[in-house]
Amino acid sequence: MGRMIKVGMADLNVCKPPDNLTTLGLGSCIGIALYDPSTKVTGLAHIMLPDSTQIRNNTNVEKFADTGIQKLYEDMIKAGANRSRIVAKIAGGAKMFQIADSNMNVGERNALASKAKLKQLGIRLLAEDTGLNYGRTVEIYSDTGDYVIKAVGKPVKTI
Amino acid sequence: MANLSLDEITAKYLDVLSEIGNIGAGNATSAIANMLGMKVDMSVPHVELLQVEKIGSLLGSEEDIVVGILLGVQVDIDGSMMFLMDLPSAHRLVAKMMMQDVSDVDLESAEFTEMEQSAIQEIGNIIAGAYLNALSQLTNLTLTPTVPYLSIDMAASILSVPAIMFGMQGDQALLIKTDMGDDDGGINGFFILMPENDSYVKILSALGVPV
Repeated sequence: MGRMIKVGMADLNVCKPPDNLTTLGLGSCIGIALYDPSTKVTGLAHIMLPDSTQIRNNTNVEKFADTGIQKLYEDMIKAGANRSRIVAKIAGGAKMFQIADSNMNVGERNALASKAKLKQLGIRLLAEDTGLNYGRTVEIYSDTGDYVIKAVGKPVKTI
Repeated sequence: MANLSLDEITAKYLDVLSEIGNIGAGNATSAIANMLGMKVDMSVPHVELLQVEKIGSLLGSEEDIVVGILLGVQVDIDGSMMFLMDLPSAHRLVAKMMMQDVSDVDLESAEFTEMEQSAIQEIGNIIAGAYLNALSQLTNLTLTPTVPYLSIDMAASILSVPAIMFGMQGDQALLIKTDMGDDDGGINGFFILMPENDSYVKILSALGVPV
């Protein structure tokens, strides 16, 4: 049995079978899973904000979609992933409180920024489960690349 | 106006900020206790400076289901405040408010009817109103809450909202956190006050603290 390695908020990690990765209770944050099916190198990043260039005092690159995905991609390659084979699945980006102020919808902006960064790196987005108004716990399985999404009062979803 | 970093703010003004939490939460606690005729205790407020990424696990387990009420704070300062409580507390408050017998209620259920959700929002309104009134009186600043918003979900998901708000301003979050609780089947919750950075300076100046 492999370990289920926990990725915190503004954190990322890379693993190989038999280990797997999880992050708990994504709200407006996004969990970006990268996977190389040829080497089974697996990565997960839990980003909080869309754009590092918009924020002062940012020392943690893992907090942002742009710099976090960049770092995860580099860590995947260091761990032996095949650059051209890496694919992505994303989940999260909810709007936890139904506030009308559009400025508040950072979840949606996180999702858009994540997709833009993946595109820039030439990583294909295979599936996503983003938006709506509830939190998600995610698990990425290194054997299969299955991305399992759990939410309160909802059936477990695999993308 | 000077823009202090959170490190400077906490180190220098810890006592003042604790007192703000104390007075606000004290007022909120008595508002609830009076309205519902139940005993509610409050702990000494705790001002804590922590890395934003630690906020998600503030309540213990990230996946515990909690009730979160978010309100904006406006007029003289900008910011928001959040009040969080566990499921049994929310059920007890709702039962009191709707004059139901709490022994008929499944305290661990995450299901609330629309009517019960409105009752929780109303409780949020009262709590936030009382908290901000106390602050207004203390500072002579006009502070009013916006409409309350409700979310019943995993703790980490709800806490991602304040984490992101603080994350937009820097790497650290200043939490003015006060627990309210009652051992014998009362309510157990806490407040997080989230002023925008320059609002700290306004609050401190209004209190006559040189910044």
